[in-house]
Amino acid sequence: MSRILKHPIIDVKPRDKIRFIFEGVEIEGLEGDTIASALIAHGVTTMAYSIKKQRPRGFYCAIGNCASCEMTVNGHAHVRTCITPLEENMIVVREQTEGQKL
Amino acid sequence: MLHKTGVPTKEQVSSVFFDDHTLSEYKAIIECYEDIPCNPCVTSCPVKAISMGPTIHNQPKLNPDLCIGCSICVTSCPGLAIILAKVNDDKAFFKIAYEMNGVFEKDMIVSALNRSGEVIGEGRIISILNHPRQLKTQLIEVEVDRSLLHDFITIKEKIDG
Amino acid sequence: MIHTDVLIIGGGPSGLTAAKMTCEANLSTILIDRSHILGGQLTKQTHKFFGSKEQYAKQRGIDIATILQDNLQNFPHLTIMLESTVVGLYEDKVATILQRNEYKKISAKVIILATGASEKFLSFENNDLPQIMGAGALQTIVNLYQVIPGQSMVMIGSGNIGLIVSYQMMQAGIEVKAIVEANDCIGGYKVHASKLKRLGVDIKTRTTIKRAIGHEKLEAVELIQVDSDFKEIPGTSQIIETDILCVSVGLSPQHQLASMINAKTAFIPQLGGFVPLLNDQYMTSVEGVFACGDMVGIEEASSAMMEGYLTGLYATQYLNQPHPKCDNLIQHYQNQLYELRDGLFGHKTLIGIQKRKEKLTHAP
Repeated sequence: MSRILKHPIIDVKPRDKIRFIFEGVEIEGLEGDTIASALIAHGVTTMAYSIKKQRPRGFYCAIGNCASCEMTVNGHAHVRTCITPLEENMIVVREQTEGQKL
Repeated sequence: MLHKTGVPTKEQVSSVFFDDHTLSEYKAIIECYEDIPCNPCVTSCPVKAISMGPTIHNQPKLNPDLCIGCSICVTSCPGLAIILAKVNDDKAFFKIAYEMNGVFEKDMIVSALNRSGEVIGEGRIISILNHPRQLKTQLIEVEVDRSLLHDFITIKEKIDG
Repeated sequence: MIHTDVLIIGGGPSGLTAAKMTCEANLSTILIDRSHILGGQLTKQTHKFFGSKEQYAKQRGIDIATILQDNLQNFPHLTIMLESTVVGLYEDKVATILQRNEYKKISAKVIILATGASEKFLSFENNDLPQIMGAGALQTIVNLYQVIPGQSMVMIGSGNIGLIVSYQMMQAGIEVKAIVEANDCIGGYKVHASKLKRLGVDIKTRTTIKRAIGHEKLEAVELIQVDSDFKEIPGTSQIIETDILCVSVGLSPQHQLASMINAKTAFIPQLGGFVPLLNDQYMTSVEGVFACGDMVGIEEASSAMMEGYLTGLYATQYLNQPHPKCDNLIQHYQNQLYELRDGLFGHKTLIGIQKRKEKLTHAP
């Protein structure tokens, strides 16, 4: 997984780094990222697990429709990471089943 | 064939080419074989050499007597369906629209590709144009062997080996 | 409660053009979108558009998004609300919105629904594995966010979206190992297919996916050939390793808000699925609630833009504050739509539009 460095049509400009914490580990995204795009750039493919069978779920629709990418952000559950802009120091974890952990 | 594979037949390609005499100067070769709602080639041509009739769904037709080989239509076509071609005794020359990642320079030797993406020979870069109105589509001028006139369509970087 | 003359829900091509009309008629307008940017699907579309000059032919979609937003500069009565999701819609034209974590209520004299479409899905074994995504999603992550989620891909579907996105992924350096089409011919414009063939991309007709293979994520796909009844031809199985599988099997109108406000809807296959029923002025069965763009019938951004202009104009007439050039512009944009639809590819749409109108008059 990586970032586009050069493209025949798209302007690739330098962007500021944004530090955030995913599953307890500090990682970086770039200015203009959503939470999902920063995670995908970092190599994350599993966004969530299905409730019954714990099957891995990935990024699917990108427009806030399918709920596949929802995570808990700063203690708020069900955040659609694909349409939520990334912000400095966000604490992001995959959804889990214990409300006490929010 | 075209509707199954995306590759026009030899007959379709020949039908839009012109004879050697006409191609002694650059002329546009328009490979738009389907009725789709689209007319930037018609409206971009500064000498009105391309016509389409009353509706934007018809296929465009070039009048080679009016065409001045300016290449505006080549980089205006959203389907990248137009090239310029000319020939002399032993070489064929093309101006093509290019939007991929290859980095080319004048006089570079490149691979010449046909409409199926197969390497059919070599080409030499003559010029590269990046006018702002082209909206980042490059116009690349290439010289190939004359035998490739009806087969050549695009280029890629030559991989040594 | 926030009060406005016009509430436009959806900031894609049809919402943006509708807003221009209502703003030019000096109607207070709120334009909302659940995303953090306006432009809808245009913001990912790096290709040059077809159509005619009026619909910005030969302009890139990404630039058209900028143009449409620039057209909305300097209107003091326009409010744009981003990251705003409609969570409730009432027949007396009240919308409840969640903007980030703030709950807001908007009361409007006219609502224009312009929520666009979403991608259909396909049933096959392991279709829920990570790295299987809609074509629009891959286009978004690569073109808009400039992130490469894998080095190789297989595309299911050879309609315009499947072909265009495959080409754009080649531009981004992702290898398209195959484009797979269950029908016996390519679905989209052949010029799109030709561009891909020049790059050596394999387009396999009468082929479909049997299953995806992988554990924590996709690792490979099993393709099979099918006959004219779409039944598997034995012995034709082929396994292709791939990082990404892209599904591009058509779009569905996002009709949900129309249903929420109790507008009559019907399933019209020619328009892509369930759509709100409309009269000639793009008004639904709910007084003062209009709808336009892909949510009322799957077409292209060019048509969506024209429909947005028209719906905005009709909304100004409805509020008895018609746009200063109302009649001329209505004629103008109707002509554009007629021209766009007046060919082979528009035939199906016209049938669907006729049904959409007829069912309204016959609706119980």
